[in-house]
Amino acid sequence: MLSNLGSILVFLILGLSLLIIYNAFLDIKNNNQTIKKNIYNLSLFQITFTIMSFFTLLAGFIFSDFSIINVYENSHTTKPLFYKVAGSWGNHEGSLLLWINILVLFSYLFLIFNHKHNKKFRLYTLIFQNFLILGFVIFLILNSNPFSSIFPVPLEGMGLNPILQDPALAIHPPLLYIGFVGCSIYFSAAIASILSEYNGKQFALAIKSWVYISWTFQTLGIIVGSIWAYYELGWGGFWFWDPVENASLLPWFAITALMHSVMVLEKRNTLYEWVIILCLLTFILSVTGTFLVRSGILNSVHTFANDPSRGLYILLFLSLMIFTSVIIFFKERKKESYDFNLNSKETFILTNNWFMIFFLATVLIGTLYPIFLDVLTNAKISVGPPFYNIVIIPLVIPLLFLMTLGPQFGWINSKKERLYKTLYVLVGAITINLFIFYFFENYGFYVNLILITATFLVLHSVLDAKKSFKSKKKFEFSRIISHLGFGLLVFFIGVNHQHSVEIDFNLKTGQKKKLDNYEIYFENVSIEQNKNYKSVIGRFEIIELKNKNIQYLSPEIRIYTNPETLTYEAAIKTRINSDLYLTMSNVSRSDFYNIKFQNKPLMIWVWISAFIIALGGLIQFIQKKNEN
Amino acid sequence: MLTKKVKNRILFLFFIFLISLAAIIFVLKSLNKNILYFSTPTEIKQREDIPTGKAMRVGGMVKENSIIINKKNIQFIVTDFQNEILINYSGTVPNLFAEGKGVVAEGRLKDKTFFIADRILAKHDEKYMPPEIKKILENNAK
Repeated sequence: MLSNLGSILVFLILGLSLLIIYNAFLDIKNNNQTIKKNIYNLSLFQITFTIMSFFTLLAGFIFSDFSIINVYENSHTTKPLFYKVAGSWGNHEGSLLLWINILVLFSYLFLIFNHKHNKKFRLYTLIFQNFLILGFVIFLILNSNPFSSIFPVPLEGMGLNPILQDPALAIHPPLLYIGFVGCSIYFSAAIASILSEYNGKQFALAIKSWVYISWTFQTLGIIVGSIWAYYELGWGGFWFWDPVENASLLPWFAITALMHSVMVLEKRNTLYEWVIILCLLTFILSVTGTFLVRSGILNSVHTFANDPSRGLYILLFLSLMIFTSVIIFFKERKKESYDFNLNSKETFILTNNWFMIFFLATVLIGTLYPIFLDVLTNAKISVGPPFYNIVIIPLVIPLLFLMTLGPQFGWINSKKERLYKTLYVLVGAITINLFIFYFFENYGFYVNLILITATFLVLHSVLDAKKSFKSKKKFEFSRIISHLGFGLLVFFIGVNHQHSVEIDFNLKTGQKKKLDNYEIYFENVSIEQNKNYKSVIGRFEIIELKNKNIQYLSPEIRIYTNPETLTYEAAIKTRINSDLYLTMSNVSRSDFYNIKFQNKPLMIWVWISAFIIALGGLIQFIQKKNEN
Repeated sequence: MLTKKVKNRILFLFFIFLISLAAIIFVLKSLNKNILYFSTPTEIKQREDIPTGKAMRVGGMVKENSIIINKKNIQFIVTDFQNEILINYSGTVPNLFAEGKGVVAEGRLKDKTFFIADRILAKHDEKYMPPEIKKILENNAK
């Protein structure tokens, strides 16, 4: 039943897309300034049906309708309700439906919220957005239909992979998808802008809010993903430079560059072509990321159950997208002249873009190099984290420095007097670093530089915030928040990296392990029966030798029944100054448990500062909405 | 004679070119230093020059009944069903590490039959098998 309803709805979306494209083409020829009523109506129907199709799938999962293959493969009657819901987008087919939902949602919102802009531009945007919708709906129908039915109907489902049964990972895909698929709207808008010659400042005003909102969601999605990796993978790290993570970082670099240069386009009415390129690039990279992750072409430690035919379709569609956009771009482009002063804000924003593109290129090379080498020489390689650390970390130092300096300059041209204050702040940052250096352990030259520049940015952002409150210049506020967040993030990661303790050892119950600053006592293990898993819970007593502080940690080994899987749950004690992190596993038939103990200083602050970065984007979005 | 503006522009472009060149060389150099080659036990056995001391990856299946755990570390045998290699690792193993399942170890070769791992790679999916190992198994089946 649900399966049929879902399939019908999907076909309706397809039909409506075609109708919208047809009607929009007809309407472009009319010279009046209002869009015809029937286009609004068709779009309203389209969004309604799309949301309904998603709820149909959701209903399938909630009521465990195993006549739908997708539900059968990814759900189970004993699964908690929350994970039944999350299971609907925790798999390839369901997530593609979510993807289409966001495409249609953004298409509809863009249509109704942009009354002030040129009609031709809006219609072209709608047309291209619907081409994208069409492409993905066809992919859904041909290759990955979440509503495919199965007969005879199985009595029980296969269950969702236990590692995915986690609150952070349940909200991670929707966040990331709003971020990535949200980019589609200014991909379409960029092509529309070239075709309708609705360019320059007007174009910047039209896409700005969309850039801010999708940037915010991308940032949040990446943060939530890495929080999940931190506590679920039991490794204690939060960024692995794994191909799948890189795939999410690539569009982020492009969109961050775009977010900065769109301001130049708005204020100075220049860099139009570059903004267009970035608009196109951001969505192309989002789809590329999806292609790399879903096709299984990348050798990643994270996996999606993958299938080469999916890859082939996405690759074809991706090539078509790139080809079309490049042709339109070069055919219709106009010469633009650039005239920048070295001491102007726009020059610094361009510098930011250079950094972003450099990071993007680095991560792209590191991610794709193994594929090329495999094709060319058949050698199987992987690029290790040291590559990224060596190439990217040194550049963070000038980036932080310029991030502090840039905003102090005004548009077009600025006076040098304003920079004296900045010099004092730099001296302040160096002093603070000396204090840290003196009171804690000493550390390397690199770390010194990173801490100095990070402190420099943080101090200056705090001062700017004070000034911005006084003068009520609100425009600056979101920038200050995000830059502050970034400075704090680098600072905390630096300290965290420098002072982390990580020790692995094997222990039997009742045994004690003495470390430099800690004593770990493995008290006992107990067994507990839960709804869909059994867990072996260890009880550990951690004594900090310095202040005789005692902490208890209880890591678990979970044995899930559907599907049968073992997972190791880390026990994490989060405190203001540091996280205690302990994982336990037992792989063989011996009495020894395999223990990993870590002390990660300031971990909670790493997360908080990352959220501060995202907060800046949100503030910017709300301010823009209020201005309009 | 070139005007000052044109001269400046040429200088600027030249500067950009130099910087990009330096950046590319830097990136490629670090890339070459930090790639990890993946080998199977059979490949290691067949190779003449074993790269001891250089970081690399070894993959295969964990042999049944081969895991030995003691106070300090874990030992297990990785097999591609033709040849085997003994792996020594101190640290916690990731989720889904088990006898009879696929594994990728990152570390250094001591000699042709002994490998010291610093990291055992995690996999999210119990049905998952590293693509390299899948290929090996397919080849072996032929």
